[in-house]
Amino acid sequence: MIKKGIPLSLKIRPLITTIIIIIIVIWFITPLILITLSAFAAPKDYYQIDKVIPTHFTLNQFKSLFFGLQAWKAIVNSLKVAGLTMWLSFLIGLPAGYALSRYIFPGKNFLKLFILATRMFPLMVLAIPLLIIFMRIGVSDTVWGTSLAHTAMVLPMIILISSSIISSVSVEYEEAAMIFGLSRTQAFFRVTLPLALPGLAASAIFAFIISWNEVFVSTILTLTNRTLPAHILKTAMASPDYFKFTAGFIMALPAMIFIFFVRKHLVTMWGIALK
Amino acid sequence: MIAFDSREKKWIPYLLFLPPLIYLIGFVGYPLIKVLQITFTSVEGKFSLENFIILTRDSTFWKAFKNTLYFLIAIVPLQVILAFLLALFINSRFKGYMTVLYVISIPLALSDVSAALMSYNIFTSHGFLNKFLMKMGFIEYPIYFFGLGLSSRAFWVIVLTELWRATPLVFIILLASLQVISKDYFEAAEVFGFNGWQKFFHITLPLTMPSLQSALLIRTLFAFQIFGVVWLLSGRDIPILAGEVYYQQAELSNFRMAATYGFIIALISIIISWFYIILLRSKHLEV
Repeated sequence: MIKKGIPLSLKIRPLITTIIIIIIVIWFITPLILITLSAFAAPKDYYQIDKVIPTHFTLNQFKSLFFGLQAWKAIVNSLKVAGLTMWLSFLIGLPAGYALSRYIFPGKNFLKLFILATRMFPLMVLAIPLLIIFMRIGVSDTVWGTSLAHTAMVLPMIILISSSIISSVSVEYEEAAMIFGLSRTQAFFRVTLPLALPGLAASAIFAFIISWNEVFVSTILTLTNRTLPAHILKTAMASPDYFKFTAGFIMALPAMIFIFFVRKHLVTMWGIALK
Repeated sequence: MIAFDSREKKWIPYLLFLPPLIYLIGFVGYPLIKVLQITFTSVEGKFSLENFIILTRDSTFWKAFKNTLYFLIAIVPLQVILAFLLALFINSRFKGYMTVLYVISIPLALSDVSAALMSYNIFTSHGFLNKFLMKMGFIEYPIYFFGLGLSSRAFWVIVLTELWRATPLVFIILLASLQVISKDYFEAAEVFGFNGWQKFFHITLPLTMPSLQSALLIRTLFAFQIFGVVWLLSGRDIPILAGEVYYQQAELSNFRMAATYGFIIALISIIISWFYIILLRSKHLEV
């Protein structure tokens, strides 16, 4: 028997796909929308029990958080720590990533394994001894101390990610440049680096976000120079609810903006970083 | 790269590796030795197992250990299954799948702190869930999820939050492995008349198995580090291992106990990673 028209399964399929898409999007987006609403909602709307969606909005929470509750200082600290971590991990990690990608040498696998092995130990384990060491060398409770610890956490990932990004730039360009008389260093800076730049920028942002989000070590290592997550962890649960939502929103905002810019590299980067 | 290797000095790659090597030895290797040293030293500064004896006699330690395991059991399997389904769905490459991929990956960039606050925003007594349910007339009084004696409710809120926050992490690993499966396999299967289920069980599943295993083990490793969400949503009402490291150090300034808890987490991490390496190695031998 010959069927006429489109089979039923082909008609239902797009419908099911659409329904699943809607469920996924609602599940992942709702908490973000709700925290945004709450971050700007006037406290009287929040405490009005029959008002589900707030209608009065204010910037008062932001003002008091920034100036009254010293979140401003914490935000600046967080930016400094994350920025320093980003630069440090690149400065130290990029040459090794390059070596991993472009050279074949005895002991390469061992070095790779060593780097991977350091990732086995969570910062929770390292936090206490790091505090003791930092107190001795005088960087405890400073922006530097926190970013030194964060760099230790981010560095292995940056080495592996940057090596894979450099590998994606064909070695032939580099060889061609060297045939034309450039040294290997020149070839790297003038040929490979510009080509690898978008990917490297994405991984720099990745390092930034990981440091920006890290809460455990930041809280252990600092007392006065706290980063934002550490500040929230220490003070949030004692403050009124509406401050918590504003703080949560401020923490989430840069992450949401950044991930938009790195969305092309998402699968590659996190795929490597989580291996 | 072979063409010009000969005229270059052999030590260059080692030189390039030297800075991170020194850094990691200084900031990971040395602290680890320090943890060992602190853990196995008594208050008088002699080698002893005193810290472990104190730890194992402390009922909080066992509670923390148990709770961490409970979280692991409640979160990880469900998370891996959900992530796998999501990855399969996205990999079917429907129209606009990139946008959905972007939406799913937003939680990747969020910290556990903001995820916890988002969830608090929904589940607290004046939160959206309670207000909504009351408005619709399903309940008369708000349901309390947080607070003293409510830790079993808080437990499930934490599980839900972790599912929301960290499923994308597993999803990304699995998607990366699904994307590299060659279409040739499926075309060949088509020729042999395989149906959808057969394709899944004979091609997709075996080829993603290594990633599935690695995702499972990584999540297990991370589960022992769970901290931010639990600490913000329940404080010490639900003691967990990482939370005790924090509590001992930040609240009691007892760095010995804090290091001992840290040592336990490290020990568990090593065992899990060792298990992981054994599994991977057996894979290599099979091939």
